Amino acid sequence: MNITLKVWRQNGADDKGRIVEYKMSDISPDMSFLEMMDVLNEELITKGDDPVAFDHDCREGICGMCSMYINGEPHGPEDLITTCQLHMRSFKDGDTIYVEPFRAAAFPVIKDLVVDRTAFDAIIQVGGYVSVNTSGNTQDANSLPVPKADADKAFDAATCIGCGACVATCKNSSAMLFTAAKISHLALLPQGKVEAQERALNMVEKMDELGFGNCTNTGDCEVQCPKGISLENIALMNREFLGASLKSEK
Amino acid sequence: MKDLFDNIPDGPLADKWTKYKAEAKLVNPSNRRNIDIIVVGTGLAGGAAAASLGEMGFNVKAFCFQDSPRRAHSIAAQGGINAAKNYQNDGDSTYRLFYDTIKGGDYRSREANVYRLAEVSANIIDQCVAQGVPFAREYGGLLDNRSFGGVQVQRTFYAKGQTGQQLLIGAYQALSRQIHKGTVTMYNRHEMMEIVKIDGKARGIIARNLITGAVERHSAHAVVVASGGYGNVFFLSTNAMGSNVTAAWKSYKSGAHFANSCYVQIHPTCIPVTGDHQSKLTLMSESLRNDGRIWVPKKKEDSQAIAKGEKTALDIAEDDRDYYLERRYPAFGNLVPRDVASRAAKERCDAGFGVNKTGQAVFLDFADAIARFGKDGVEARYGNLFQMYEKITAENPYEMPMKIYPAIHYTMGGVWVDYNLQTAVPGLFAAGEANFSDHGANRLGASALMQGLADGYFVLPYTISNYLADDIRTGAISTEHTEFEQAEKNVQDRLDFFMNNKGTKTVDYFHKKLGKVMWEKCGMARNKQGLEEAIVEIKAIRDEFWKDVKIPGVQNSFNQELEKAGRVADFIELGDLMCRDALNREESCGGHFREEHRTEEGEAMRNDDDYAYVAAWKYKGDNETPELHKEDLKFENIELKQRSYK
Repeated sequence: MNITLKVWRQNGADDKGRIVEYKMSDISPDMSFLEMMDVLNEELITKGDDPVAFDHDCREGICGMCSMYINGEPHGPEDLITTCQLHMRSFKDGDTIYVEPFRAAAFPVIKDLVVDRTAFDAIIQVGGYVSVNTSGNTQDANSLPVPKADADKAFDAATCIGCGACVATCKNSSAMLFTAAKISHLALLPQGKVEAQERALNMVEKMDELGFGNCTNTGDCEVQCPKGISLENIALMNREFLGASLKSEK
Repeated sequence: MKDLFDNIPDGPLADKWTKYKAEAKLVNPSNRRNIDIIVVGTGLAGGAAAASLGEMGFNVKAFCFQDSPRRAHSIAAQGGINAAKNYQNDGDSTYRLFYDTIKGGDYRSREANVYRLAEVSANIIDQCVAQGVPFAREYGGLLDNRSFGGVQVQRTFYAKGQTGQQLLIGAYQALSRQIHKGTVTMYNRHEMMEIVKIDGKARGIIARNLITGAVERHSAHAVVVASGGYGNVFFLSTNAMGSNVTAAWKSYKSGAHFANSCYVQIHPTCIPVTGDHQSKLTLMSESLRNDGRIWVPKKKEDSQAIAKGEKTALDIAEDDRDYYLERRYPAFGNLVPRDVASRAAKERCDAGFGVNKTGQAVFLDFADAIARFGKDGVEARYGNLFQMYEKITAENPYEMPMKIYPAIHYTMGGVWVDYNLQTAVPGLFAAGEANFSDHGANRLGASALMQGLADGYFVLPYTISNYLADDIRTGAISTEHTEFEQAEKNVQDRLDFFMNNKGTKTVDYFHKKLGKVMWEKCGMARNKQGLEEAIVEIKAIRDEFWKDVKIPGVQNSFNQELEKAGRVADFIELGDLMCRDALNREESCGGHFREEHRTEEGEAMRNDDDYAYVAAWKYKGDNETPELHKEDLKFENIELKQRSYK
């Protein structure tokens, strides 16, 4: 396959950035998108140019580190996968492909396609956990049965990989789906229920403080989420948040 | 050479850990906040250790090279975590988990460490459930279990095919809670470059900020290396692209021993290589072997026709299929341990029965499982794995058997540690896959998650306190010591070298070249001649690397090629050590298969008389041959037997 890449190049957060064109030939349809980027970088380095910086690690769709915006969609054209799981067979010979970073005020560009997503860590740090210390004497794991339906729903919410596609695709750069997934994962389980309202309050407050936008229910986040995290989680979060707000003295 | 003290407590096996905990020295809460601990790596072992030590009140500094601690490669573990809960009432016990792990490791691990692992396994499940880890449950609301290779009980807890993710998120959340409380300071996108020793003790590290390129000094009273395994020495493996040996290798070069590096696990069920562009291999969880059946055609002409695309698996009649694991190992069938399953696949493919164009693939067939449970039943069990397979190969595994082949997956060898998980360098600890201690020559499925969390949550908090009890009067460690200055200079010199070298070849060029030598000569099967050749070839790669490697960009900025260069430099040195270790071990055991040492049926043949020891190598200098130190393994509770799964 022959393709034309139009790649966002930006040398640090203060640089204005621009699109640079690269022609690629002899691309195998069996290559993953990132392997195609590897080939590009090998060529650039050999020519004495600076390779394109991009984040990636596990290359099997679970670590959440890869993060490109490809032809106007986070993680590219296919549903329910990350960029590292995208293969060149999803494109046609002769295609022009635009590759940009995830854009959001709360995700500043570090270099080229690499952005800083530590704002997600900051949201988890204010409450995305059950407050239990390590000890050798927690109660037996089976002493508290959890209805299978609740456990399954909690699991579905907990499969979020923290990649940021939901923020990148949202016109408001809202982090509602990410935040809601954690709030409902924990609120659905008896272990996390105790702190559910306080957790919702603290995490939502942090999310606003970090510069993520509001949710206007367009639902693009759900469509673009590589793990198919459901919008229902946002409804559940709102319930916890509202309950907490009514009780809160803040 | 006798300088390896295992420090195993006296007394009966089952009482050792209880006795240790009762007698261990403690640090009182008001002193803990004045004691600094560095943890390198935030996977299950490092993340759990950092969180637990933070909860205790120590002042923890945690480092990871990824952009968030949540991305450590533990996240990719799929199948499950073992624990001796006996919830299924099928005869499980602490002793049986201990026994299975020793046997599965082909009698090359330390009894006391493994027993402790089995003992704390049940606590792990309790702890994780308390954290909100959403394990799979039955309709009655209780936890579900599945079987894994090499055992005859159901003791594996799981969360679909994403168990590692769920456990890591649990540890990450516990860690996040401590970061919020201020007991843990998190250094994302930082790479450990050097261990700093003062008066013989580990007292800090030199790290590079991967965003700014700044070289930083960090001091502490103890350092934990939990940086994972070294499978990427083969270039192609199931490890994440960034997984590396650097922190473990710097530990070795600072005086810790590197043990049993030839014990590498080759996982039988991975997606086969498709071409030269391949950057990594993808695992299909071992849990698939619960219900999938592995086979190749009985007739070579059928295999050739499939490879050419003239036939498919569906054209091969039942009688013409060779379910070779069920044939060779009727007692365990498709659930033999990983090393056995991998070698059996290689044997069939080497004999010409492989089923893709490279000749290196076998079928993993779910037709029977679909007939038994229906497509929905199979989807409920393995849905995400099937989806992953289809995305990568563009073939639908519900209709056509999967094609799989073994790939490098896990490394049992690592930094030598004693019962305290302490290396030969006082104050330097190693945990999780980075150490060598629990899996012997072969790790059983679902035991890596167990070991990572056992080390991090339940072992290190006791053993580090025991060590630090003598440090309460030390006070803060200054980073102005000459040792810091020297270590920083070493790091800086190496970075300067890379940036100024006028080479012509990329880092990946060397990494791929090294990987090829390692896979061919120090991979699934090894022999004396091949290993000796590999040592010579690796030397040549090393010389060429230092002469001709080319690094673009600048040092004081985000520079991914510069990161890779340092890691590959260490992999090259490790490759040499692995070949020496494999050469020294004149026996076949677990993941180490020497072609000279096999039974008439082609099974691995151990030599307990001469090799029932841990081979711990000591660094002697960059151009010196490393020195072999031996820790004899004493089996007081288990009788050594030829491992049989027939």
